[in-house]
Amino acid sequence: MALPPYASPVEKLWFWIFRGSCGLVLLFLIAPVFVIIPLSFSSGSFLTYPLPGFSLRWYEEIFSDGPWMESLKNSLIVAPLATLLAMTFGTLAAVGLNRADFPGKGLILALLISPMVVPLVIVAVGMYFFFAQVGLLNSYTGLVLAHTVLGVPFVVITVNATLQGFDFNQMRAGASLGASPVRVFFTVVLPQIVPGMVSGGLFAFATSFDEVVVALFIASPTERTLPIQMFSGIRENISPAIAAMATILILLSTLLLITMEFLRRRSERLKAAP
Amino acid sequence: MSTNAVAARPEAPPEANLKKQLKRADRLRKFKAIGLVAPLALFLIVVFVLPIGSMLWRSVDNTELESVMPRTVAGLQQWDGSDLPEEATLAAFAAELRDSRRGGGLGKVGRRLNYEDNQYRGLLMRTLRGLPASSENWTQTLIEIDPAWGETTTWREIQRASPPVTDRYVLASLDLERGADGEIQRIDAQNRIYQSVFKRTMVIAGGVTLICLALGFPLAYLLATLPPKTSNLLMILVLLPFWTSLLVRTAAWIILLQSNGLINQSLIATGIIDTPLQLVFNRIGVFFAMVHILLPFMILPLYSVMKGISPSYQRAAVSLGAHPFAAFWQVYAPQTISGVAAGTILVFIMALGYYITPALVGGPADQMVSYYVAYYTNTTNNWGMAAALGSILLALTLLLYLVYHRLVNRKQLIRS
Amino acid sequence: MKKNNLMRTRLARSVAVSGLLTAGLAASAGAQALTVISFGGASGDAMQKAYYGPFEEKTGIELTPGDYNGELSRIRAMVETGNVSWDLVEMESPEMVRGCFEGLFEPIDWQRLGLGDVLIDSAFDECGVGSFVWSTVLAYDADALEAAPASWEDFWNVEDFPGTRGLRRGAKYTLEFALMADGVPNEEVYDVLMTEEGVDRAFAKLDELKDHIQWWEAGAQPPQWLVAGDVVMTSSYNGRIAAAQEEGNNLEIVWDGSLYDLDYWAIVSGSEHVDEAYQFIEFASQPENQAVYSSEIPYGPVHPDAIDQLDEEQARRMPTHADNLEGALAINTGFWVDYGEQLEQRFNAWATH
Repeated sequence: MALPPYASPVEKLWFWIFRGSCGLVLLFLIAPVFVIIPLSFSSGSFLTYPLPGFSLRWYEEIFSDGPWMESLKNSLIVAPLATLLAMTFGTLAAVGLNRADFPGKGLILALLISPMVVPLVIVAVGMYFFFAQVGLLNSYTGLVLAHTVLGVPFVVITVNATLQGFDFNQMRAGASLGASPVRVFFTVVLPQIVPGMVSGGLFAFATSFDEVVVALFIASPTERTLPIQMFSGIRENISPAIAAMATILILLSTLLLITMEFLRRRSERLKAAP
Repeated sequence: MSTNAVAARPEAPPEANLKKQLKRADRLRKFKAIGLVAPLALFLIVVFVLPIGSMLWRSVDNTELESVMPRTVAGLQQWDGSDLPEEATLAAFAAELRDSRRGGGLGKVGRRLNYEDNQYRGLLMRTLRGLPASSENWTQTLIEIDPAWGETTTWREIQRASPPVTDRYVLASLDLERGADGEIQRIDAQNRIYQSVFKRTMVIAGGVTLICLALGFPLAYLLATLPPKTSNLLMILVLLPFWTSLLVRTAAWIILLQSNGLINQSLIATGIIDTPLQLVFNRIGVFFAMVHILLPFMILPLYSVMKGISPSYQRAAVSLGAHPFAAFWQVYAPQTISGVAAGTILVFIMALGYYITPALVGGPADQMVSYYVAYYTNTTNNWGMAAALGSILLALTLLLYLVYHRLVNRKQLIRS
Repeated sequence: MKKNNLMRTRLARSVAVSGLLTAGLAASAGAQALTVISFGGASGDAMQKAYYGPFEEKTGIELTPGDYNGELSRIRAMVETGNVSWDLVEMESPEMVRGCFEGLFEPIDWQRLGLGDVLIDSAFDECGVGSFVWSTVLAYDADALEAAPASWEDFWNVEDFPGTRGLRRGAKYTLEFALMADGVPNEEVYDVLMTEEGVDRAFAKLDELKDHIQWWEAGAQPPQWLVAGDVVMTSSYNGRIAAAQEEGNNLEIVWDGSLYDLDYWAIVSGSEHVDEAYQFIEFASQPENQAVYSSEIPYGPVHPDAIDQLDEEQARRMPTHADNLEGALAINTGFWVDYGEQLEQRFNAWATH
């Protein structure tokens, strides 16, 4: 939306007000993410400006053998497993939903999406009591199952979206050529829905990696995940260590986004080339 | 294989065969589809629906007394309430009270009876402390320990707390209670909390949604109308906070908004204010942090709808002499309605269930329903209240989800 | 067809692997380390240095530290649902006594502990072994205030001492301070609080200050808020303030009108690591280890010999120093055992509006 050359002064003014306010909204979105970074280099132990001095002590703390590395390790155990389960269950279900019409389909779709809708605290309290009864409280298994539940809707939605344009006659074609259903799935269907699976999986991973409410209820200190550690870093153990961990996480997500944008541009160029 | 099956039965007319065959193939496809969906559906029913269902059950569950003092409860059931309960009932009570110290039973009973009258936990503790190993006459012994055991009202209250199902929690979460004659009435004004908590939850969620819409709409419009190269770059600025941990962003707002924080410091430096404003641990902080976290959920659906709107209608309107503002409001804006609806309801639903952010950046008067669900679960062990408040919140959310579903479906209808 | 089989075995194998993985995780969850829960923050750091680290090194017993804010309810839920994941917990005395009575803690077998009677008297309780003496004090930012507040009366005086105040979000300590501010002498505070009018009086006093209060829940918050300028004065655990002072922040403590008490170690009933817990308590009660803890954070040791190992400067910052005990009030455990839950409930309803 460029300003046309014949724009009146009022239009010009409006144009710049509009752009300016959009700029402010973008600043509002992005500034808080970066404001936390300088604090990670503080030599003091409080989360406040101005910094008393520069030091790397908080990076030393989070990278030394201690609760931060322990919780990062736990998150890196739980999140990939939950993602894997969510992708498996979610993809199968999305394929099933698109394969044929059957009674109660709308209801089942609503069920599969519902973990995204139900307030987290309710999920947390419900699982807390239920896991206590079946002995899954304070276990990795319980945490993985809980995070699988929370990640599943993302996979269902994204795979469902990629399947909208999928022609199921391809499966019949595969079958008529003698391939087993499993083989058809892996060689015909899978390659086409991989983008949906990956983006759904990414959401599922991010959900587990950033989930604190359910984890606070169902994990013991042994399974303490990174978000729980960060939560305590804002309350029970306030220190710039959380800023150091935040800086690293921000760095990672920036890298991820830039890589994705780069890949997208490359694939566009490749498509454009004859 | 189905072709073989058909070939084996040549007597049927060919068109009927085809029909049957098609039907069978169709049914097979249906079964296969159901088979693919079933694992996830079952998984969710076991790990998600069942836990939530059993939690909801707790909002009417009243089996505390029955589970710890079954004989006392049975004895009180027979009791007509006119005179003191029989000696046998009191003896059973004394024995069961002594046993209740193991495995947290005493805490359970004390907690439940305290909802009737908050003297009971102390009474039970005192009684247990003075309880002799044996007695000829338990009625007398108990009264000697504490005269409260000699009053029928004490036992009537215990009797009232005994039935296995109750509506007290659901009523209490609406600031209602049952009076002495069993009639539903409002509780004392000074103890009313939850109507205002629900109202507060709606106000915060609604306010956050409106602010998100006000901030998100222009930005989404800009992103949708800029050349792709620029808009993709700017999109990164929207997506980066989206992919940044919620706790990191909450911490960032605490740092920004605190009295010596950057916002106050720059306001003071520019001479707009001279004493720092209280911006965090109150409602303002909650709004800042929640809007920041939820804004991308408004921008993304708006953007995807606006991306699909052709600019030519608006241009046509302008070329036909419409004022650009009129062209925007009358031609462009109506086409964004489905995005606005999707974005607002999505943000509103998410905001309704917020817990962590208000807990970290709000004060006691800014906590939403979720906070009380967690509070009752973790801090007071009043699981009935937690479940009752949770049920109402859940019902509210599901209702909105239904509306959302309708809207999105209609949107798809319009498109096709 | 062959390829198809291969695919199938691959699939089967990956299913088996993920199954094994889950089973392995479940198994590893059974063999957990000794889980020790404290109030975290600066105190937790000091425990790490004085107790956790050296204990692991000496005994080879693995230890998982955790933190909480003193809620007895979390332990109640664990015991009642039979999911005990905490072994040893740092408890404030009223909660320890109440929990003991409800059967939430293992009664302490003093023979098994093998400490004799070397600790100070109040360190012995049915279910708890004293850990240290702490104090809740009035702390203020000397840079932010022109005059120095000297009492809880000054804390309530927003005319002469303008600015936001911090208080703990709960009835405990808060009601005592409100009565002190209202002119009730220390020795009468609990007598007044035991009456209904006394409680009303405390809440009425809180009403006066309500708009100026920012409520804290975790012990790490008051020093952070003082340093960040969010509050000009606050109630705080004295040890946390000392940690901030050491970093050069100009914070001051008013000892007059402070409340002191012991924290205890208690073993959660149903813990699978009772032996290890006893070993830990014994280790943490040794004078040399207590001296390390108290030199990290100025909370008073319960082993008399530990005090001798501290220098005068360190001893002066302890709640147990004679100068600091003057004008201080011991928390009445019995009162909070009996009235605690009821008052907390009322406080919560009051704070919500």
